[in-house]
Amino acid sequence: MGSITLSNVKKAFGDTVVIPSIDLEVNNGEFVVFVGPSGCGKSTLLRMIAGLEDTSGGTIAIDGQDVTDLSAAKRGLAMVFQSYALYPHMTVRKNIAFPLKMAGLPAVEVDKRVAAAANVLNLNDYLDRRPGQLSGGQRQRVAIGRAIVREPTAFLFDEPLSNLDAALRVNMRLEISELHQTLGTTMIYVTHDQVEAMTMADKIVVLQAGRVEQVGSPLDLYRNPRNKFVAGFIGSPKMNFIDGEEAAKENAATIGIRPEHIELSTESGRWKGTVAVSEHLGSDTFVYVNVDGVGHLTARVEGERPVSHGDTVWLSPVAGRIHRFDAQDMTL
Amino acid sequence: MATAKSNVAARIMISPAVLLLLAWMLIPLSMTLYFSFLSYNLLSPGMERWIGFLNYEYFLTDPAFFSALTNTLILVLGVLIVTTIGGTLLALLLDQPIWGQGIVRILVIAPFFVMPTVSALVWKNMFMNPVNGLFAYVAKSVGLPPFDFLAQAPMLSITGMVAWQWLPFATLILLTALQSLDREQLEAAEMDGAGPFSRFFHIILPHMARAITVVILIQTIFLLSTFAAILVTTNGGPGYASTNITYLVYSQSLLQFDVGGGSAGGVVAVIIANIVAIFLMRMIGKNLEA
Repeated sequence: MGSITLSNVKKAFGDTVVIPSIDLEVNNGEFVVFVGPSGCGKSTLLRMIAGLEDTSGGTIAIDGQDVTDLSAAKRGLAMVFQSYALYPHMTVRKNIAFPLKMAGLPAVEVDKRVAAAANVLNLNDYLDRRPGQLSGGQRQRVAIGRAIVREPTAFLFDEPLSNLDAALRVNMRLEISELHQTLGTTMIYVTHDQVEAMTMADKIVVLQAGRVEQVGSPLDLYRNPRNKFVAGFIGSPKMNFIDGEEAAKENAATIGIRPEHIELSTESGRWKGTVAVSEHLGSDTFVYVNVDGVGHLTARVEGERPVSHGDTVWLSPVAGRIHRFDAQDMTL
Repeated sequence: MATAKSNVAARIMISPAVLLLLAWMLIPLSMTLYFSFLSYNLLSPGMERWIGFLNYEYFLTDPAFFSALTNTLILVLGVLIVTTIGGTLLALLLDQPIWGQGIVRILVIAPFFVMPTVSALVWKNMFMNPVNGLFAYVAKSVGLPPFDFLAQAPMLSITGMVAWQWLPFATLILLTALQSLDREQLEAAEMDGAGPFSRFFHIILPHMARAITVVILIQTIFLLSTFAAILVTTNGGPGYASTNITYLVYSQSLLQFDVGGGSAGGVVAVIIANIVAIFLMRMIGKNLEA
């Protein structure tokens, strides 16, 4: 079991309030991603759940039991750190066995569980090496191994992929998702990368300045962002925002259109502009257009489109895909 | 950088320094070796003659030699134990965030800046003196007879003084090692269910192993040649109770004017230092490997 409930949780460092108040429900077996720009309090929130940071107010409950004042060790959670935090003087085997040794398990049981974890994570060939002799991805796997041997009620991940190169990151993302399928344990994952959030999460929690902006499934957030911040944060490339006259036509203070919901034409359309930059990715083409009276717009068109710097193009939003926001940046 | 030409140039440029250092070491060493085979007493100048290993025989069979050897080892070991354990504990304390941290750290480091002669004199006259000392005052105020430290327990007293002097050095090195420990490792250990003691023995201490090795090696080098603290407090006495090898060499050559015997003692001291160094490297040298 592994449901986690935060009610009215607050965090302040001295006079600086980092998290004013958060209520959140994480269901058993869910993969929840905390996402937000740096400094939004997502890591602090995770560390509070872990018990590494004191809670200034409110309660944290795991499986209905109040753990707010319980030490990190007694909460039954496991955490994977950004720096992996492996013990450099211990072999991989000893690193993975450390939590079991601390729990006082008999040696036979420890060996069995370490072997099982090593099998799941393909670490069998490295068990007698030290962390210093491993690559980034292998270290990451050892850190995960150390977390899974304890059979915790929930896993906490603190930006675990940010130290890996792009290719490895995609691989590890898949591995973590697969691990979640296999174990079925609750996972809370902190990242500033919305792609990781969109690809891995059952439920995304978007945070900004210590507040929860929106909670929902990836596609839910993509289709129905509650406000301008969520709309701009989720999706890549970023949503285009247009205010002024064009927004007024739609009875809104600001309107937002995702780059993939803009149609590009070389003959006619709603807005006429000049191509500033075009990025050809093969599968897609990102076109950055300066539109007179509207500003910079990004359009994402499928396939290879032969437009380049200086070309005149017309852009039109796809009907029904325009997001409207009021003066307080809330969705209308 | 590493072309053949630049290598040759580097060797030529570095050679004056190497030659100077070589001369600086070799000349005194060879003169000491030469003197150690002579009957050479300052009281009878002009009477030097070759006597082979007789100086060594006298020095090694001198009853003072074994007590000096024991005293040297007691002093080195005693100070090492006090400073590494005490230094580790102090470093753990100083690593805690406290008010006035900067000043406290400077205060802790201060003893290292006091000259050995001065600190030994302060200890001897202001603390350990059985009539005027602070310890005697404390003992008398609770009705106990004052304890004459330097007469009753000379080695213990000198070990204490030298340890006081070297404790800051150990603390400083160990504190920097402690501060370089990744906080996330401690947090990970906490999540893994390790209590404060487990965290200290499984995470902190292994991390500090290299620094502790450095402290032990550097201190051993300096402690083998402790001299000032003995000279100004006990003069090696009572009897030979606080004479170490260094002090014995000094008394041989400058109190008994026997340069030949003193030189032989010096060579023996060099050999002992090397034996100690070999043992140390065998025991803890592996900690220095990356």
